[in-house]
Amino acid sequence: MSPPEEAAARTAKAREALETVVIRFAGDSGDGMQLAGTQFTIETALAGNDLSTLPDFPAEIRAPAGTLAGVSGFQLHFSSREIFTPGDICDVLVAMNPAALKVNVDDLKPNGMLIVDVEAFNDQNLRKAEYPANPLQDGSLDRYRVFEIDITKLTTNALTGSGLSNKAALRCKNFFALGLTSWLFHRPIDPTLEWIGTKFGKTPALADANARVLKAGYNFGETTELFHTAYEVPAARITPGKYRNVTGNSAAALGFVAAAERARRPLFLGSYPITPASDILHELSTYKGFGVYTFQAEDEIAAIGASLGAAFGGAIAITTTSGPGMNLKAETMGLAVMVELPIIITDIQRGGPSTGLPTKTEQADLLMAMYGRHGECPLPILASATPADCFATAFEAVRIAVKYMTPVILLSDGYIANGAEPWRIPRADELPAIPVVFRTDPTDYQPYVRDPETLARPWVIPGTPGLEHRIGGLEREDVTGNVSYAPVNHEHMVRVRARKIAGVAAEIPPTTVSGAREGDLLILGWGSTYGSIATAVQELTASGLKVGHAHLRYLNPLPPDLGDVLRRFRTVLIPEMNLGQLVKLVRAEYLVDAHGLNKIQGRPFKVSEIVSKARALLGAAAGERS
Amino acid sequence: MSTVAAPAAKPLARKDFESDQDVRWCPGCGDYAILAQVQRVLPDLGIPRERFVFLSGIGCSSRFPYYVNTYGFHTIHGRAPAIATGLKTTRPELSVWVVTGDGDALSIGGNHLIHVLRRNLDVNILMFNNRIYGLTKGQYSPTSEVGKVTKSTPAGSVDHPFHPIALALGAEATFVARSVDVEARHLQETIRRAHAHRGSSFVEILQNCNIFNDGAFENLTEKESKADHQLVLEHGKPLVFGKNRDKGIRLGTGLRPEVVTLGNGLTESDLIVHDERDATLAYFLSRMQPPEFPTPIGIFLAVERETYDAGVNTQLAAARPKSGVADLDALLNRGDTWTVE
Repeated sequence: MSPPEEAAARTAKAREALETVVIRFAGDSGDGMQLAGTQFTIETALAGNDLSTLPDFPAEIRAPAGTLAGVSGFQLHFSSREIFTPGDICDVLVAMNPAALKVNVDDLKPNGMLIVDVEAFNDQNLRKAEYPANPLQDGSLDRYRVFEIDITKLTTNALTGSGLSNKAALRCKNFFALGLTSWLFHRPIDPTLEWIGTKFGKTPALADANARVLKAGYNFGETTELFHTAYEVPAARITPGKYRNVTGNSAAALGFVAAAERARRPLFLGSYPITPASDILHELSTYKGFGVYTFQAEDEIAAIGASLGAAFGGAIAITTTSGPGMNLKAETMGLAVMVELPIIITDIQRGGPSTGLPTKTEQADLLMAMYGRHGECPLPILASATPADCFATAFEAVRIAVKYMTPVILLSDGYIANGAEPWRIPRADELPAIPVVFRTDPTDYQPYVRDPETLARPWVIPGTPGLEHRIGGLEREDVTGNVSYAPVNHEHMVRVRARKIAGVAAEIPPTTVSGAREGDLLILGWGSTYGSIATAVQELTASGLKVGHAHLRYLNPLPPDLGDVLRRFRTVLIPEMNLGQLVKLVRAEYLVDAHGLNKIQGRPFKVSEIVSKARALLGAAAGERS
Repeated sequence: MSTVAAPAAKPLARKDFESDQDVRWCPGCGDYAILAQVQRVLPDLGIPRERFVFLSGIGCSSRFPYYVNTYGFHTIHGRAPAIATGLKTTRPELSVWVVTGDGDALSIGGNHLIHVLRRNLDVNILMFNNRIYGLTKGQYSPTSEVGKVTKSTPAGSVDHPFHPIALALGAEATFVARSVDVEARHLQETIRRAHAHRGSSFVEILQNCNIFNDGAFENLTEKESKADHQLVLEHGKPLVFGKNRDKGIRLGTGLRPEVVTLGNGLTESDLIVHDERDATLAYFLSRMQPPEFPTPIGIFLAVERETYDAGVNTQLAAARPKSGVADLDALLNRGDTWTVE
């Protein structure tokens, strides 16, 4: 019998059904909390819940053990209904040491469940966490349900006779915590046992040890007197289909491969490692069977340069980076705009400026994406809204780049790049084909003759007989593509390039407004604020308020119907993780007096923050009208 | 760089490689001679015209692609090797050439140059070295001699120059050569060898800028002086030079080269014999600088090493499924999945 079955057979403990749970695992960055969280996520996905995750880890790979700077956390929200965020506030906090407690305890709700490894609360760790007294003993945790468990000792006990050194045994603590919480929330641990078998297949001693500790944690929950109740979160009612769990970066990688497959062209990624974008490089480098080229360049400039070279040769060419890399790539984006070749520049935004907050999220690169190049240099900009949405936006970015022969910027951010949610897997043949036509007919060929509808110039790749031509960064003469400094030609070409990008608006479907379709308040968002806004709007409309939500996937050009949508509401609120960037574009474009809600803390919006801002605006508006 | 030859429909001629654009270098510029030699060599390489691609960065030399009737891409200052990497890796059947200058390759593009060389991407890099910035009207370059008085260094430059050959060798290049703009036959032969080499071929071409640095290589190019100032490297032959072929290079004290005069018991058998497969010798030769030594021209090093593009494409071919078609559905469904009814 597997442990869950055994437990079910023996259990006399009560089971209570919950609709939704937010759990956070927190410990030292070396404690394996990301791993515990990721495995709990997989168990939860297989249990059929909707879910959303928020990993939160320091920039330092191993900050000094036990310190506040070294705390790593992983938050998971799972539910029997549809959810959009990793949750504002935790129901359960697992704290492996005092520092983890101190950093995270304010996010635990009153009467929330606090599970601590009591042995870690020694004098040395308390000092490192800057606790003057042991919080387990001074009453400061009275408003929580505290479960003091000697995870360290129980782990080493479980490994008696395993032959593992004490140090190696202690590395298994995360599996005890995972086993225990898996019991507590009735998660199947079989997928984790399988994973352990695969991961540690080459070192059976470690595989055995981790499996033993995982089961020990699970069985401890069942047998200890500490817990009287286990919880169940029934499977969610979500759109039927086959699902898997994806992070945003993984979904983006899959989206690019799928797009290249549907374009029947090889995919080329030029990239330089940078947090939080590197996982796209890692993942794509394992897809060589699909003809995927990954080039780890010497720097950010070479990464985009190589992509542009691959695009010249006819590949679906992409580059991936974060803010600092965007700065370095700007000149090559300008060249791509000038020579009108398709490449995708993916910016996984992080806290800036400069090195800033490398592992934390932000949305402050929008205006750079819009305007951060010299000269009049427009290009289409798309933004992903959720981890799963990264698939669709990556695919769409490729489609637009190829159709319009233009570089496209795809904005994601650290929150959705590392966050995970279930993704309904599309069938390959459901995905639209991306037609790629290389011109081969030399009759009347000119490098800058344009498609009358899209204004795209023909894609002619080297190796095509009779169509030899030269392109470059100097201004081109219309049609012939010859170098031209003629004043009137330059203005003409600047206007044509702008018109071509403006024409991408024809691709944009009508803007969907959820909640109220017209009324008092429209909350307009872009990118990763989707989940918080969607949940806030559900809450606001449920209380009878006329609030709508529109979310922009296309930021340049903006949807053609956006002006009409904005005017259907009395007030417009734009929450952004920056000082107000979309709000500037909207005000400039539509002369709408939109309000901003701005948070620049490296963390996503809480639903409550948006709800209270919306209520304040609605209250103020009602006050003015009355 | 070598590319598998395909039978051309009809023999190509020099004029097939002349574009319809007016050549706009200054009259008397060394670039004209280099362009002419490249256009003479290309038709003989057995490669259809459409398979040639000339890439360049920014600078006088980088206008080169506009004048050659092949595929061409005039890119960004210093970045042509990066662009070449994406193109050649995904399209290994193309014959890719990078035309660059001392500022483009060694200053703003230094990083890309060293990395393309260490990767051994199968491209030909022609670096025109005139030891000055021409297009920006006369500032000193990273190959200018110390003390160079220019618009930006009125009191003379204080920074030490690169020796491009030594730099390329240090960057693990597999083919390193030097030629001179006006040495037509030598330059043609060097370009042919560069093309034939599999891997990055780095050719430094000493080039006269008659406007901003006229006569920089005068000793090497003037009829009466050049024999005494050029040391023509030939594989398997002793290092002999001079108007009367009576001077040579032998190993002096330690590992230092020494100029000797033949005769009085000294014969060619006392001299160093050139071996273009010997990287240590190549570096030794690269350190020989005027006025103490003649300037070596020819092929310093030519060794075989797997190219980047071949290595990458070998990995891709090995990963390709036996059916020839990778299964996108299988990829999308990889890992733990579950079905919601």
